[in-house]
Amino acid sequence: MRYSALSLAWNALTGHRGWRPAWRDADPKDEYDIVIVGGGGHGLATAYYLAKEHGLRRVAVLEKSWIGSGNVGRNTTIVRSNYLLPENIRFYEFSMKLWERLEQDLNYNAMVSQRGVLNLYHSDAQRDAFARRGNAMRLGGVDAELLDREAVRRLYPFLDFDHARFPIQGGLLQRRGGTVRHDAVAWGYARGASDRGVDIVQNCEVTGIIVEGGRAAGVETTRGRIRAKKIGLAVAGNTSRLGEMAGLRLPIESHVLQAFVTEAVKPLIDGVITFGAGHFYVSQSDKGGLVFGGDLDGYGSYAARGNLPTVEDVCEGGMALMPMIGRLRILRSWGGIVDMSMDGSPIIDRTPVDGLYLNGGWCYGGFKATPASGWCFAHLLAKGEPHPAAAGFRLDRFATGHLLDEKGQGATPNLH
Amino acid sequence: MRIACPYCGERDAHEFTVRGEARAGTLESDPGREFARVYERANPAGPTREFWYHGAGCRSWLVVERDTRSHAILSVAYAKASQ
Amino acid sequence: MSLGINRLAKGGLIDRTKRIGFSFDGRQLAGYEGDTLASALVANHVKLVGRSFKYHRPRGLLGAGAEEPNGLVALGAGARTEANTKATLVELFEGLEATSQNRFPSLRLDLQAMNGLLSPFFAAGFYYKTFMWPRGFWERLYEPAIRRAAGLGRASTAPDPDRYEKANAFCDVLVIGGGPAGLIAAHDLGRGGARVILAEQDFVLGGRLLAERLTVGDAPGAAWAREVERELAAMPNVTILRRTAVFAAYDQGGFAAVESAAPDAGEGVARQTLWRIAARASILATGAVERPIVFGGNDRPGVMLASAVRSYVNRFGATPGWSVAILASSDDGWSTAADLGAAGVPVVAVIDRREEVGEAVKALAPRGTRLILGGEVVGSQMRRLALSAIDVLAKDGTRTRINADCLAMAGGWTPAAGLATHLGGKMHWSEKVGAPVATEAAPGMFIAGAAAGAFALRAALAGGAGAAREAATLLGLKAVAPEVPVASDEFGAAVPIRLPARKSRGPAFVDFQNDVTAKDIKLAVQEGFASPEHLKRYTTLGMATDQGRTSGVNGLALLAEATGHAMADLAPTTARPPDSPVAIGALAGPRRGRAFRSIRRISSHCWAEENGAVFGEAGLWLRPRWYARPGEADWLTTVTREVNAVRGAVGVCDVSTLGKIDVQGPDAGAFLDRVYVNTFSTLPAGKARYGVMLREDGIVFDDGVTARLGEDRYLVSTTTANAVRVMQHLEYCHQVLWPGLDVQMTSVTEAWGQYAIAGPRSREVAGALFGGGLDVSDAAFPALTAREVDLDGLGARLFRVSFSGELAYEVAVPANFGWQLFERILRAGEPFGIAPYGTEALGVLRIERGHVAGNEINGQTTAGDLGLGRMMSAKKDFVGKTLAQRPGLVAADRPVLVGVRPVEAQERISGGAHFLDMGARPSLENDLGHVTSVAFSPSLGAWIGLGLLRRGRERTGETVRAYDPVRGRDTAVKVVSPIFIPERGG
Repeated sequence: MRYSALSLAWNALTGHRGWRPAWRDADPKDEYDIVIVGGGGHGLATAYYLAKEHGLRRVAVLEKSWIGSGNVGRNTTIVRSNYLLPENIRFYEFSMKLWERLEQDLNYNAMVSQRGVLNLYHSDAQRDAFARRGNAMRLGGVDAELLDREAVRRLYPFLDFDHARFPIQGGLLQRRGGTVRHDAVAWGYARGASDRGVDIVQNCEVTGIIVEGGRAAGVETTRGRIRAKKIGLAVAGNTSRLGEMAGLRLPIESHVLQAFVTEAVKPLIDGVITFGAGHFYVSQSDKGGLVFGGDLDGYGSYAARGNLPTVEDVCEGGMALMPMIGRLRILRSWGGIVDMSMDGSPIIDRTPVDGLYLNGGWCYGGFKATPASGWCFAHLLAKGEPHPAAAGFRLDRFATGHLLDEKGQGATPNLH
Repeated sequence: MRIACPYCGERDAHEFTVRGEARAGTLESDPGREFARVYERANPAGPTREFWYHGAGCRSWLVVERDTRSHAILSVAYAKASQ
Repeated sequence: MSLGINRLAKGGLIDRTKRIGFSFDGRQLAGYEGDTLASALVANHVKLVGRSFKYHRPRGLLGAGAEEPNGLVALGAGARTEANTKATLVELFEGLEATSQNRFPSLRLDLQAMNGLLSPFFAAGFYYKTFMWPRGFWERLYEPAIRRAAGLGRASTAPDPDRYEKANAFCDVLVIGGGPAGLIAAHDLGRGGARVILAEQDFVLGGRLLAERLTVGDAPGAAWAREVERELAAMPNVTILRRTAVFAAYDQGGFAAVESAAPDAGEGVARQTLWRIAARASILATGAVERPIVFGGNDRPGVMLASAVRSYVNRFGATPGWSVAILASSDDGWSTAADLGAAGVPVVAVIDRREEVGEAVKALAPRGTRLILGGEVVGSQMRRLALSAIDVLAKDGTRTRINADCLAMAGGWTPAAGLATHLGGKMHWSEKVGAPVATEAAPGMFIAGAAAGAFALRAALAGGAGAAREAATLLGLKAVAPEVPVASDEFGAAVPIRLPARKSRGPAFVDFQNDVTAKDIKLAVQEGFASPEHLKRYTTLGMATDQGRTSGVNGLALLAEATGHAMADLAPTTARPPDSPVAIGALAGPRRGRAFRSIRRISSHCWAEENGAVFGEAGLWLRPRWYARPGEADWLTTVTREVNAVRGAVGVCDVSTLGKIDVQGPDAGAFLDRVYVNTFSTLPAGKARYGVMLREDGIVFDDGVTARLGEDRYLVSTTTANAVRVMQHLEYCHQVLWPGLDVQMTSVTEAWGQYAIAGPRSREVAGALFGGGLDVSDAAFPALTAREVDLDGLGARLFRVSFSGELAYEVAVPANFGWQLFERILRAGEPFGIAPYGTEALGVLRIERGHVAGNEINGQTTAGDLGLGRMMSAKKDFVGKTLAQRPGLVAADRPVLVGVRPVEAQERISGGAHFLDMGARPSLENDLGHVTSVAFSPSLGAWIGLGLLRRGRERTGETVRAYDPVRGRDTAVKVVSPIFIPERGG
């Protein structure tokens, strides 16, 4: 059933009896043209665009747990395209444009909210580095404004301007950046894909990748063997584990990234603020909780939980930036397992195993990438060649030295 | 997380800096082998070996063997000794 | 001012001699010492305490502890406003100001209560289905309205004026929870000599013993708890932390707890202290939470948990009502009736959902109480925004309305063992307990008492003693023969009915604060959100500030019913830290404001401060950016004067912040050959050389001048920014890559104060400084000389190195003599017009000379990019050499270092501008690189810049655009050599 104010009103008056499941909870078939491993945002978006843009219907998404149980359900909901390197600007801006029309496309309100993303700077050198980035964004057709201290103060008068260890000098603002209701992205794509015939199979864990004559031919799962002409991995956080099933050794480490939400309060922070000097970023959800995070814990982890020093570090950053939040209470925290790649940028590419395709290495950028990642991965799976917006995200770039190192941290994944 | 430094004793993890998966061997002049050493990771869900640096302590580089699923620490040794 | 019409004449653990005045919504009220805000409100007959999140329904207190979903107030005013505070956890203090939340204009008349009328439209997930048209309206119209309606309390926008501290503690066993199980465990372990920390969230130890009329040994429970506490307090190996909530368990026995100061702790005491506790073992004795019963109208002010009713009556001597009805699906309802009867509060009816109840249980109800077995409450009536009557459906189908101002719900208990799952442990359904229990606790954690499902007092005490024994065994500590006292026991742990009442009218709430009803859960399942996590995320069930304490199991039961699953098939959603909400201020502690990060000061800091210095942050260092003199119009005037001093006479700069690493040993030279791209083993003793280091991936890491002070001894200098990382890198290279090399190193950055004396007259200053004791002439002390020298008996170092291209020396002395040396240099230089110069002038000087710094060594550039490619030795292996040869890193079209000057001499350029060909369309495809550093060059009288330009070396003499749209600039610049000013004397 199409969602609208009218259908909602009709159902409200008739006891909501008309609503059907948002997506079919499918049982796996024996064979598909394309199997997507991973029922997160990227996997579901890939399946949706395979069906919608490429007319492919014999597609399954296999999810080991419930859909959206990975990082699409554990992030700080920020979308932006304020990157430095051309390859990233092109890709994330493509994503931003898809976000901007996502709800109408999906007929699902994912609450895309362009509230502005502000990065603060604290020195002339940082200002120039932000100018470099802002100018690169402008070259890529992305909105970017370099604000001075007073302009930042007008936006957020309650930040600590007068007693700070690293005084705020200004910021780089992308007004089109903002937040999206994260879970709804997974549900909206699932609904759209399912409506177009994609099988969404939950509680179906892939336990092996079948390789016949150097070619991927299917997967072993906890719900039996499923053959497929092409297999796409969209399992960021677990990419190395799945890759290993096909004998791949990848330039990725899995790390835990913690995030936090406070008790709900009335509107306090309108947009997204990132405080680089304090390793802290924050926004406020529509429900009223401040959503914030900081750096990785730093060690390899698949445990989806972090430790106290990072929590303290993040809160120190928060108090240094906004000393009025001292009495707000953290209500929940979570740890997402992220694929940290060796240059901080993602991979959307074929693999050395024919028929096996890889979408991973998303580092911090996974959520905001969801629509473009799905679009470009679907393009790669359907056409066999990279989409122009993701052409830089090659797996062999590490060997060839065509690195996409936004932060200049080198082959030390936990520093990206 | 607490780590039993072989020199300093058990200390909180915030005293340490972790550099990532431990790799055996040293510089390679063969590009393929050097690439593998610097870039490729096993990244297992299970026991793994990582380089940790006790910067706020004895400044030893350590190899910490840890289970990435449970964070249980299985062993800690000087990196020197493991090479 | 009233002391409360609901205060019972006697009883309770309050001190009736100590009256405490407070206010609620401006009304002046009073309670007693020992009260919580909630109990004082109960005593004062305040029924309506808040409004719910979504429908703004009038709400009263549901509980008496951490489980409270409704009774949230704003505590305090102004900068000290503490929003969303559970009234049940606030210890009453004199002058306390509490204000209700989420209502307009007042708590009694809340306009948004209209939302309730629209509740059919506001069903679970309604917002995903609408507000999509027209597109731009979301940000402009719908969302602002939703945001204003959402949220509960209002946060202050003024800085939190209070102080927070942090403390570290170590123990053998951390006992979490000071109820019966925790007390007996701490006592047994303490007597055995174990180092014990006992943490209790409440301000009194005892847990449920304070709220029940149970006895331990011969004593009332509360008295027994007091006695155990007295004994514990006398044990030097036991620490008792009251008002302390352990909120997280971390790896290897780490715990985090927050202790709140007593309300009368006085000025100067930290509001809260974050405890970081390292425990070898732990005992989780955090009790259990009673469940509400799901029926239509179960959220009226006056409908309360039975355990809360007992808390208010027994512990606080205050009754929530004067005609109390009881709705039970467990025996606790009956003991509530007994307690009320004993306190003289009329019980109008006991309705038990079970058809059969044991005679002994029935006997608990006061004589004459109306008993309805197999009955349900199917509706409630409200008068003046509080419960006035309940509608009861009897087994035979008859409906009765019973007047009651309070309904006590006894829906059974759920263990509060969230901490057990923080380290990955899982909760599993236990049919025996009738709730989920933790089956795999964290390593070294033992769960005891009600937290383990042992709800009866006797079992809880035995469980606490057992856990103590197990912990002692695990740690190899002396086990003490447990003395489990004989305790009175409650009646059985019959498995309660969990499903909601059928045929009830009105919304039946599962999650009170978030307004999630039984219908919402059904709808979510109908729409496919049928796993517990999907249900939670779609409906917001369990996501309120009570963290699902009262809603979790009821929600699961409804989900099980709707999906046809057994409870055992449904995994409860994962509990994550914090177990109870914790203030950001406590987690940040004292690190805020100027103390956010430590400040490193150079040895000449005070002099600089007194002499016009404007400081800038360089990592943690504060460095003078320039030294303004009176009458100088702006920073550019000052910096230009400082640069001119160096170019024309002499200047002095504190360069102590540069990293200094002492590298010693027979293999020191060989070691440095492997970490630098160029060779150091051939450097003669007494000489210095500029060196460049790469990362393993072949990108430039750091640079600096390294001196050989002796045969086996080098002094490596690093940039200020990378001092720590280079040290770590060198240790890595030595310990990991080449442990066989005989070399040792230590950082001496802080040990030396170092000053650059630069300019054509620097030799005269150096000469004057050393008097006749040292020949600093070019012949005796040529460029790149590095020597340990004597300065009036002080071991000093003198280097002939230059960053500015001018003749220059650097003098170093032990840091505690630094400021004296600095002043001596100024005196020695006075006749020559010496001027101290800061980092801005330093920047101008190095840009004029084409020296790269952090803006160019940005982690993305190769040695080749920076014009340093020829330094890379072909004769030896070094870190980064192999991977630096990758095609992408040696490609001909990489941006390389160039100098740029505006074509129009007066024009300005800025760092971060991008290069475009003249006339090229601004686009990523046409991007040729960027300006890395700029300066106004006094020598050239123009702005100059360094930049990275594609094929830049081939383009010298050409004109390109420096495109800077974020600053509104677009400047034609000429590509020139990066060396603007030739070397003069070095």
